[in-house]
Amino acid sequence: MRRLASALMLPAFASAGSMNFQPAQSAIAHEITNLHTLLMWVILVIFLLVFGVMFYAILKHRKSLGHAAKPFHENTTVEILWTIIPALILIAMAWPAARVVIAQKDTRDSEITIKATGYQWFWGYKYLDHGVDFKSRLTTNRNQIEEYKGKGSTKGEHYLLEVDEPLVVPVGKKIRILTTSNDVIHSWAVPVFGVKQDAIPGFIRDTWFKAENTGTFRGQCSELCGKDHGFMPVVVKVVTDKEFQDWVGKKQAEAKAAADDPNKKWTKDELIARGRSVYEINCVACHKADGKGSGPYPSLAGSKIALGPIADHLGMVLKGKNAMPAWNALSDTEIAAVVTYERNSFGNTVGDALFPADVKAARK
Amino acid sequence: MTTAHDALHTHDHAHEEHHVSFVQRWFYATNHKDIGTLYLWFAFSMFITGGIMALCIRAELFQPGLQFWQPDFFNQLTTLHGVIMVFGAIMPAFTGLANWMLPLMIGAPDMAFARMNNWSFWLLPPAAALLMISFFVPGGAAAGGWTLYPPLSIQAGMGMDLAIFAIHLLGLSSIMGSINIVTTVLNMRAPGMTMLKMPLFGWTMLITAYLLIAVAPVLAGAVTMLLTDRHFDTHFFKAIGGGDPVLFQHIFWFFGHPEVYIMALPAFGIVSQIIPTFARKPLFGYVSMVYATCSIAILSFMVWGHHMFAVGMPASTQLFFMFLTMLIAVPTGVKVFNWIATMWQGSMTFETPMLFSIGFVCLFTVGGFSGLILAIAPVDTQMQDTYYVVAHFHYVLVAGALFSLFGATYYWLPKWTGYMYHEGRGQFHFWWSMIWFNVTFFPMHFLGLAGMPRRIPDYNMQFTDFNAMATVGAFCFGLGQIFFLFNVIHTIRGGVGKAPASPWEGANTLEWEVASPAPHHTWETPPSLEMVEKGLKAQGLLGDHHE
Repeated sequence: MRRLASALMLPAFASAGSMNFQPAQSAIAHEITNLHTLLMWVILVIFLLVFGVMFYAILKHRKSLGHAAKPFHENTTVEILWTIIPALILIAMAWPAARVVIAQKDTRDSEITIKATGYQWFWGYKYLDHGVDFKSRLTTNRNQIEEYKGKGSTKGEHYLLEVDEPLVVPVGKKIRILTTSNDVIHSWAVPVFGVKQDAIPGFIRDTWFKAENTGTFRGQCSELCGKDHGFMPVVVKVVTDKEFQDWVGKKQAEAKAAADDPNKKWTKDELIARGRSVYEINCVACHKADGKGSGPYPSLAGSKIALGPIADHLGMVLKGKNAMPAWNALSDTEIAAVVTYERNSFGNTVGDALFPADVKAARK
Repeated sequence: MTTAHDALHTHDHAHEEHHVSFVQRWFYATNHKDIGTLYLWFAFSMFITGGIMALCIRAELFQPGLQFWQPDFFNQLTTLHGVIMVFGAIMPAFTGLANWMLPLMIGAPDMAFARMNNWSFWLLPPAAALLMISFFVPGGAAAGGWTLYPPLSIQAGMGMDLAIFAIHLLGLSSIMGSINIVTTVLNMRAPGMTMLKMPLFGWTMLITAYLLIAVAPVLAGAVTMLLTDRHFDTHFFKAIGGGDPVLFQHIFWFFGHPEVYIMALPAFGIVSQIIPTFARKPLFGYVSMVYATCSIAILSFMVWGHHMFAVGMPASTQLFFMFLTMLIAVPTGVKVFNWIATMWQGSMTFETPMLFSIGFVCLFTVGGFSGLILAIAPVDTQMQDTYYVVAHFHYVLVAGALFSLFGATYYWLPKWTGYMYHEGRGQFHFWWSMIWFNVTFFPMHFLGLAGMPRRIPDYNMQFTDFNAMATVGAFCFGLGQIFFLFNVIHTIRGGVGKAPASPWEGANTLEWEVASPAPHHTWETPPSLEMVEKGLKAQGLLGDHHE
């Protein structure tokens, strides 16, 4: 039916976008594609039979041709047949589908386990077996996206589907993905692997895939998660086992070097400088670079929270309120820095500072 | 409302007799025809409102990049488009049709509870007002999708509270409307019209009303829990207090799936009236139609999990929901086969109502096929939350519910207004809608297959062509509905001439026995047994082994 309709309707769009699944890159995705193709053939046959009969009647059994109505209105045999035959066809379709369901749900014997955490609006990945932990954010520049005042800058090939740090996995290994969320429900999806699993706050769900080839594969958050739902892609880079080991080693070393020394004595200015980078990564999407907010997202410049008691400001960041998510996934140092930054920027001149130890104490 | 007033000018001799004012007539309305008219105009105005939102959505999606709306406002548009079309347009339109036509078709003088009928209509405008006002409150309208999933809906501003109260009102209205329909159909049929001899539209509205009574309170409960989670620190759906966000989805879809059939079953009824009329043959398999309707209704309570395949559930549960969902194809198939068998060996003519009904059968079948694909859980992994789903439910709701409503309007317009509509213009409306509907929604299947998620304001360039095509189609489709309004008003103002009591050669149900336009009060004395049996005989419901 798909082919038929496309032939009928879309000659002018012959070179238009893809009209089928993205090419499968895992066994499950292959099985899904095959299942879909099989179903489409069954449907095409039924479609031709049913519509053939109907259009024959429409063309031949019309009053304008002088066709007289035959007032029959029952036929038990026919009625039983067209109840039983579709039921049999459905059973024939259910069998191969059930096999795929069971394979898809079998997350046992995985070789690598990665926890994917949804945040508004980016993904966090934690390699449970390797101690590697990072966030993965959209890198498409806002200049390319926002065209409210005329054409934006040229969009790259992977517009909205590119991130700063992709998930890196080795080829041919069974990867188990645990999903959860920090705020609202997200969904971790990569079509070429046949994977889509909601990430639910407070709960862990799992899914798995085994990539057949190296390369970079892309998906998008697939559950409405608020303002920037369309701007939190999933990018998976599949590499050889050797490359994967090297990458893990590099990430572990980087993490060690980058970790904030918990005993470091911070000055206010250091906190403000560090806070600016935390702000630009985490807060800027809603509160904007100038701190003035946008639409329903409140301004921080001159706000009651940013100018009020520092404990309330910290509480807002840690616990969130309404559209403000709880940012408790940030480290003590990051929270201390960003709070200090907000109180001393955008024209705010409170002058005080929050230190990591205060955040640690407040978490208890 | 002035046009609504005009609509009734022709047959409101009661109006002149009793000198009721405009306010008395419409605000205190207890006459089923007046209330039906109110429902239908309300539904149409909501259809235009929701349609404008749809066009705003399509405008943003015409090309990649954000040209018109901030993402948050885009989400408000998609949410309110869904809520308004489902609760404001389609459901009230069917209730309006039931109000207008059921008493006429079963030989009853009015609906059973005339004053409750007034109340169930007049709850709708305040609900619509709450929804519209919500765009202007701080934080804007609800933006969590019509499904209102927490925790996103717990984060939202007061627009969500207004939406929750609107849903409460709409639910109350639906329950009262349904009680009225059930009571009327069960108790007020003409002598000789047993349950298995009433018009199929009566059957489908009866089952629909039962479904609504069963699930509207479930939705009300779900949104009330949402409300207390938002403001009174309960933790039904908040994991932090031991609640479960997924619980909401189970409750919502326990309402939501029967809701799908609440919007489809009345369409089945309408088409089952129109096709026999224009095929000049009795409906094929009347009894199997009734059984199919009942089995669809029962199955609809057992398949809600198929909306949640990506949430993560055990393989056994997934298989349970997959098998039962596939099973719905059987009674649905029976219905399609029955309609085709009704056309078979008929003496068909193709006036506008018939065209819309055949259009319905074709496109609803396409929507049924994509539904079957979506029922297959592993395939659904790829489709869930993509444009494939958007294509699927617009095939069943626009080409399904809406086309049947257009068909019903043209079919009964002569009875309502006393005038015939312009046939050529009606047919133009059909072909225009048919073509642009497909241009709009067919490409969305491809977008979904290629992996474009729904509810996103911007997309990668690979999705550009089909999106541009859909936007062009949507604007043309929308334009066609202005033409529909023009057709209706033209008919109200005299159309192409006076309509006889029965303008359709093949129509045999009781509404065609009363004058056109239908007098303000009809069947104050029930139709005679002789008259009822004459109609039943012509419908093939009497005089054979049904007897």
